[in-house]
Amino acid sequence: MNLIQLSALDLGMAALLVLILGALIALSGLGLTRSLYVSSLRMTLQLLLIGVVLEALFRLNNPWLVVLMGLVMLAVAGWEVVARQKRRLRGGWGYGIGLVAMALPAFTLTLFTLVVLVGVQPWYTPQYAIPLLGMILGNTMTGIGLGFNRLTLGAAASRREIEAQLLLGYDMRQASRKLRQDSLHTAMVPTINMLTVAGVVSLPGMMTGQILAGTSPIEAVKYQILLMFLITSATGLGTMLAIELGTRRLFDERQRLRLDRLMEAK
Amino acid sequence: MSNVQKSIVLDVRALSGAYFAPISLQLVAGEVLCLFGVSGSGKSQFLRALVDLEPHQGAVFLHGVEQQQMLANLWRRKVAYLPAESGWWAARVGNHFATPPSADELASLGLEASILAREVDGISSGERQRLGLLRLLVQRPQVILLDEPSANLDPESTLKMEQVVRAYVREAQAAAIWVSHDPLQRARIADRSMDMPLLNTEAMR
Repeated sequence: MNLIQLSALDLGMAALLVLILGALIALSGLGLTRSLYVSSLRMTLQLLLIGVVLEALFRLNNPWLVVLMGLVMLAVAGWEVVARQKRRLRGGWGYGIGLVAMALPAFTLTLFTLVVLVGVQPWYTPQYAIPLLGMILGNTMTGIGLGFNRLTLGAAASRREIEAQLLLGYDMRQASRKLRQDSLHTAMVPTINMLTVAGVVSLPGMMTGQILAGTSPIEAVKYQILLMFLITSATGLGTMLAIELGTRRLFDERQRLRLDRLMEAK
Repeated sequence: MSNVQKSIVLDVRALSGAYFAPISLQLVAGEVLCLFGVSGSGKSQFLRALVDLEPHQGAVFLHGVEQQQMLANLWRRKVAYLPAESGWWAARVGNHFATPPSADELASLGLEASILAREVDGISSGERQRLGLLRLLVQRPQVILLDEPSANLDPESTLKMEQVVRAYVREAQAAAIWVSHDPLQRARIADRSMDMPLLNTEAMR
């Protein structure tokens, strides 16, 4: 069974829905129309571009190009993590920690999946490598973005509570325990919600896509379960790493809370 | 001067930070020093540097041991700081004490023993200040730094707090720096008074 092809008219009619939505919002004076249109346009261009890039990657089937693509995705994800911070670590630490915390679990788990779990030959087969990395990276990015934002905002907001504990002779790990706990929980809530409602309320995108393309539902489900475990592990590991590195940067060697290492986002 | 024979507890040598001018002073066992300075003269910053909560220059010795030679959290147990507004991170008052204070200790500051079971949100700023002081004293510090500790207290509680601090300093052979704007209070508690030196911001530029 082959996928039914979509025409430009089909897409145009779908886009019309968003145009109508924007017009309705504008009429009611709630003011979101502009960013709705801009991000819709952005989405269309980005997806068309990635379609062209993927076509080329699949045709060339070159491991270096696959790795290069992965690095570009990582760099953009790192930028997104920083963009979501209301308070940022100065001197590129926010970007650097975000990059390391995403790259380590996302690349390791993607490679593990390609080589050990799926066992695709060769391992860099772009049809597998790029979507897998994309889904893992995307979710890890969301988790780290949320968790890191909570960490830096929370450090500033609960300065008095943290310093009160430092003043009583607690070390930085004890004094920051609640902050780190809150940050991890904030980061993991979307993932846990995703696991909870999977298959009951929401039919996950990858599985749906495979079914639309003609894969048998049970095979699609197996891939989706695999992916869910990967996403959860990568998000959790990445967030824990980001929180750990971020906390170390928020305190110095004399266990002082260093809010001067944060700056307001522009 | 009888202080000459007494042991030096705290020795501050040219301590300076971003917001206060260099300060040198010595505190001997049993001594209470009253610190006075206009708002913005860096009193709190000076006290924060003494507990090593703020980056600074210069040196501080506690019984001859330099601050940087000691683990930071250990130092803060020995040189204790009560900020003008103390922080409370757990739900109930009692959760904030390493060892619970006795009913007598609570009563010495005019507090009921039942206050330990109460929620932090429900207690007044004056009660917080007194509990904040007790929370420090149960750890038996050798220096206590008090940043306007009686600012929210009624006259009777203020006198009680002064007695508690004086009694602790004498009994533990500790020393205290007490920031106060009240000349009468200074006359009551201080062995010695000191004005914050003015920070010459022009010279720093």
